[in-house]
Amino acid sequence: MSKAKHFTREYVREEVLPTAFCPGCYNGVVMNALALAFKELGVRDLRNYVFVSGIGCSSWIPSPYIKADSVHTLHGRAVAVATGIKLVRPDLNVVVIAGDGDLAAIGGNHLIHAARRNMDLIVIMVNNLVYGMTRGQQSPTTPHGKVTLTTPYGNFEMPFDIAGLLTHTNANYVARWCVSNFTQLKESIKEVLTKYSRGFRFIEVWAPCITYVVRYEGKTPGEKLKEMREVCVPVSKYEGLSGEEKVKYVAVGVFKKEDKPGFIELYREYVARAGGAHNE
Amino acid sequence: MRKLLLTGNEAVAEGALAAGCNFYAGYPITPSSEIMHYMARELPKRGGVFIQSEDELAAINMVIGAALAGARAMTATSGPGFSLMQEGIGYAVMVEAPIVVVDVMRAGPATGQATKPAQGDVMQARWGRHGDQYVVVLAPSNPQEAHDLTIKAFAIAEELRVPVVVLTDEFVGHGREVVKVSEVAEVPSRRVEVGPQEAPFYSPDPRKAPPLSPLGVGHYLLVTGSTHNEWGYRDVHRFETHFKLVKRLKDKVWLNKDKLFMYEVVGDEEPEVLFITYGSVARSAKTAVRKLREAGVRARLVRLKTLWPIDVPELRKLGGEPRAVVVPELNLGQLVYDVERAYNPFEVPVVHYGKVGGGIPIYPSELVSKVLEVLKK
Repeated sequence: MSKAKHFTREYVREEVLPTAFCPGCYNGVVMNALALAFKELGVRDLRNYVFVSGIGCSSWIPSPYIKADSVHTLHGRAVAVATGIKLVRPDLNVVVIAGDGDLAAIGGNHLIHAARRNMDLIVIMVNNLVYGMTRGQQSPTTPHGKVTLTTPYGNFEMPFDIAGLLTHTNANYVARWCVSNFTQLKESIKEVLTKYSRGFRFIEVWAPCITYVVRYEGKTPGEKLKEMREVCVPVSKYEGLSGEEKVKYVAVGVFKKEDKPGFIELYREYVARAGGAHNE
Repeated sequence: MRKLLLTGNEAVAEGALAAGCNFYAGYPITPSSEIMHYMARELPKRGGVFIQSEDELAAINMVIGAALAGARAMTATSGPGFSLMQEGIGYAVMVEAPIVVVDVMRAGPATGQATKPAQGDVMQARWGRHGDQYVVVLAPSNPQEAHDLTIKAFAIAEELRVPVVVLTDEFVGHGREVVKVSEVAEVPSRRVEVGPQEAPFYSPDPRKAPPLSPLGVGHYLLVTGSTHNEWGYRDVHRFETHFKLVKRLKDKVWLNKDKLFMYEVVGDEEPEVLFITYGSVARSAKTAVRKLREAGVRARLVRLKTLWPIDVPELRKLGGEPRAVVVPELNLGQLVYDVERAYNPFEVPVVHYGKVGGGIPIYPSELVSKVLEVLKK
């Protein structure tokens, strides 16, 4: 066999393949972006990583597919569990991968408070715009007007702009990319593992559910990707749009990029003031 | 060993520190907050982690994460917070996280009377989660025991990889007495690196829990709250996997009933009347036993330190052959159901004496009157 092994296979549990994801699911794009980021950074294996996920399709990316320690939590509690792990093992990279329902609805409080604390976590929110695992109900990020199982006459609520929300917290790094921005997404992942390696780092990935969004729109995964290339526009361009136009577009880019000390460093200072030494 | 004048809440904190607790997450709530204040002051000095969480859901999940990452972790709360923690306790059962949860009981339901004692969370401590799940519940009756049983709770949690609930009440939590405080208590560690060829969620002995393998050593642990096989792989379809798992999680607690079921017995060897109770109320019952005996009534008290699991045949044996059993509780009837299970087959009448609210205790004199009424003396 001369055919080279796909780079993603280096970082997944081969024994559980193929994945349970629907054909064409963009979770594969997220996995590939992660894997390519690791490969380009020369990460040989993921023993220094702990992946924490909640309940939902994207939470299956780390559990069981990524070959690393992983903790698959209750619905919504990934960030809280990850916080406990990171505080005890600051030497490990703790990465949360979960969906919009998990992080922005049932786990919303944990998300905003982890951002406020600038907790030293990487959080990747795979935003599929619906509750995919439970067959496509409205989620906090479902676009206005969208027909779902629980908004059969079109969603009359307005969606949550989670990356926008977190930009206004104490978080160090906030970005949003569509799955059509593969290279930028991969570079963002590399950035939060290297140059911006502390504090709360949040990457939202716009990855519409292939079954309950894309197929319902009568599109193929490829057609939807093409559409995303049109509608996912840099934040600078998005800012110049009128209110009516903004509804049709998604602002992508790095919204915030800082390198303030994260919770762990601040806690160490606090502990030193009290006369102790954290994990040393 | 030091002798300190401590409240039950402070004694819990001292016990936790002696047991090596190095992680505390919690959310303020009356009447348990002093545990949190104590840990907030002490843990940073000792290099441990203290974090005030955004709610009790976060607290319990942070504690679980910390325990899985290798810490001795605890949280404390009261009624409404304990309700919020239930889902997390169920998760801890499923992932076998060794955690200690202290619930200082107050009058409920809902917000109830936040500053007033009660014993209404006994059933919730046992059965508050959905699904088949077994935890251990300990109930100290004074500050000294709050200290001692907190240490014990850490030891049980560690040994069985199970959440242990320390169920105190506002009287125990805020009562202040001299407590002999341990500096360091012996709590055996179960943190053993499991080799890559060993199944991390399997134990050949059903009475034992698997060791808790550390994170970050390259064994790529799969931890999940979904039904999983002994290697951690999720299996949400097959009967065998689920039944085997929940049975194992039950057995490691249930088959250790003999060791876990702790109690104290005082009074007559051949009682006419038997008290069975726990927590602060047991102190009134103890005085009532003394007064009854002074009045010529043969009385005995079985005070439970363990409220779950309960060894019902053992409970029956402890009580002798009384004419009647009186179960005083600061609630409308919870432990009494176990006592009925123990004594109804023998046609011994079981009488519940319950009241709750306003911070009013059950006085020994009330219990004496009740006994005389029941025995028709």
